[in-house]
Amino acid sequence: MTEYLKIDGISCGYSGNFSLGDISFSLKKGVFAGIIGPNGSGKTTLFRGISGELPLKRGRVLLNGDDIGHYSNRQRAQSMAIVGQFPETGNITVEDYVLMGRLPYRKALQFFETDEDYAIAEKYMRLTNTYRFKDKLLSQLSGGEQQLAAIAQALTQEPKLLLLDEPTSHLDITHQVQVLNLLQRLNEELGLTVLMIIHDLNLASEYCDYLVMMRQGEVYCKGTPTEVLTYQNIEDVYSTVVITLTNPNSLKPAIFLVSERMMSTVEKNNG
Amino acid sequence: MRKKYLGWLLFGLGLLAALVCAMLYSVSTGEVSIALSDIPRILSSKEGMEYFVLTQIRMPRIVLAIAVGGSLGLTGSILQGIYRNPLVEPYTLGISGGASLGVAIVIVLGLHAVSMIMLPLAGFIGALATIFLVYTLSIRKGSLDINRMLLIGVMISFVASSAMMFLMSISTAEDLHSIVFWIMGSLDEPNTQLIYLMLGVSLFGLVVAYSFARPLNALQLGQSKAEHLGINASTAIRILFVVSSLMAGICVAVAGVIGFVGLIIPHLVRIIIGSDFRISLIGSFLGGGLFLVVSDVVARTIIAPNELPIGVITGIVGGLIFMVVLSNMKRKPKLS
Repeated sequence: MTEYLKIDGISCGYSGNFSLGDISFSLKKGVFAGIIGPNGSGKTTLFRGISGELPLKRGRVLLNGDDIGHYSNRQRAQSMAIVGQFPETGNITVEDYVLMGRLPYRKALQFFETDEDYAIAEKYMRLTNTYRFKDKLLSQLSGGEQQLAAIAQALTQEPKLLLLDEPTSHLDITHQVQVLNLLQRLNEELGLTVLMIIHDLNLASEYCDYLVMMRQGEVYCKGTPTEVLTYQNIEDVYSTVVITLTNPNSLKPAIFLVSERMMSTVEKNNG
Repeated sequence: MRKKYLGWLLFGLGLLAALVCAMLYSVSTGEVSIALSDIPRILSSKEGMEYFVLTQIRMPRIVLAIAVGGSLGLTGSILQGIYRNPLVEPYTLGISGGASLGVAIVIVLGLHAVSMIMLPLAGFIGALATIFLVYTLSIRKGSLDINRMLLIGVMISFVASSAMMFLMSISTAEDLHSIVFWIMGSLDEPNTQLIYLMLGVSLFGLVVAYSFARPLNALQLGQSKAEHLGINASTAIRILFVVSSLMAGICVAVAGVIGFVGLIIPHLVRIIIGSDFRISLIGSFLGGGLFLVVSDVVARTIIAPNELPIGVITGIVGGLIFMVVLSNMKRKPKLS
């Protein structure tokens, strides 16, 4: 199957206000994709349309050829897992929280998790390096640890598609890289298809194989980081002057911001 | 067995043992004191004043206390879970106010003479109407606004109590007396069928609520997260609302206004055993029953031969316990 996730001309939005245009793109199985775009460009709206949180006005979301609009919540939760922008917190232990990822698989009137559920939760807690604090309360964890616990819960759903809404936006660079490296490893080792919203263009360039760039509720362009992250595209979409060079090690585009003073110096030198 | 479940089992059995002790104490204490060792003999003799006191007065009262306390505790637990707010209970949401108004209307119109089902029915309808009103008025831009909902609940309580005062001011002395008496809350219910109804409803509520224990756990993470975990959140919430209204409405109809049980019991249970609904629902039910059985003993004995309205006891004792617990919580926030 070449088109694993197919977004087929979808439109969704909030009553009266913002609405997406026809969005179409498709992802191959096992791809690590990112949605980028300025604030208010519709990234989160698109995300909520794909995750089923917002009803679609038009179009379809196909997963492996199935229209997921026809899925029940349970079927949806078995095939895609969602990690929100703000990780959950509360007086609940990490283990109990991660075990909730088994909810889509519970049978009617099954009140207790099976040994298999525990084994699966443990597997993914070890994989995400959260097993060592499994008995701590979520509210006692740092933001980065909470994010890892949220990913562990999502993996415990054993989904085919992982959707993340800005998984790194509240984290320092240590945890940003830790979370993204984990996602990269999951993508490579488990063959998980990953689609995430990401603000930081350099991280998007470094980690994603495929990027969808949004502007004013529409797809502006899509493709590999090298195709999408050109300085013309970025200037058009973000109305900001940037310089793009190639990272000498990864050969991916690297984006540099241009300050006003630097701009005037450059112009003086050229003039 | 996992350590977690063992803790739950011990907690549940401990509460059950405490409840049985309280029941035994309650059954032997009162105007006529009856030694526990005499009870089997009295029950088998099936005659005499003591037999009458046990089977017609004390035992029905204890059953009613457990059913009402259990329902209130359970309702508080469910509503606090749905709203993710520890201040929510049937009273703060105005459910009990709506139920009271429904019951008062029935009394003033004299409809309670038509059938014994009229009072509980009026309580249920009043409760359901309130929860529906609070729910629809609190939805803004498609999502539930919790603060708004609490405010609207408090407002509905005020409106309901004003409407009741209006009803009282135009009602006859006899109706006035029954409304006032009933507002103060009492477990003195001569109609045994109503007691059975209350018991049946409370057990039904426990079973239904327990079948939603794991969805309730997920709802603690928020409605959209619960949906992402495969829960049909809005269906679950609707069913739980109706069951909560049923329990709270019938509690008000049968026992009047008994405050604070739904607020403090789930809170204490959470502090002791944690917030997993698979144990906290049972804990809130047993704990609510225990609290009301004990409060009833106090209400019956503290100014004997007179009797205090039980709502007074639960309000004062419950409020004090709550304040003590909250002020201790600040020093060491991690208790669960």
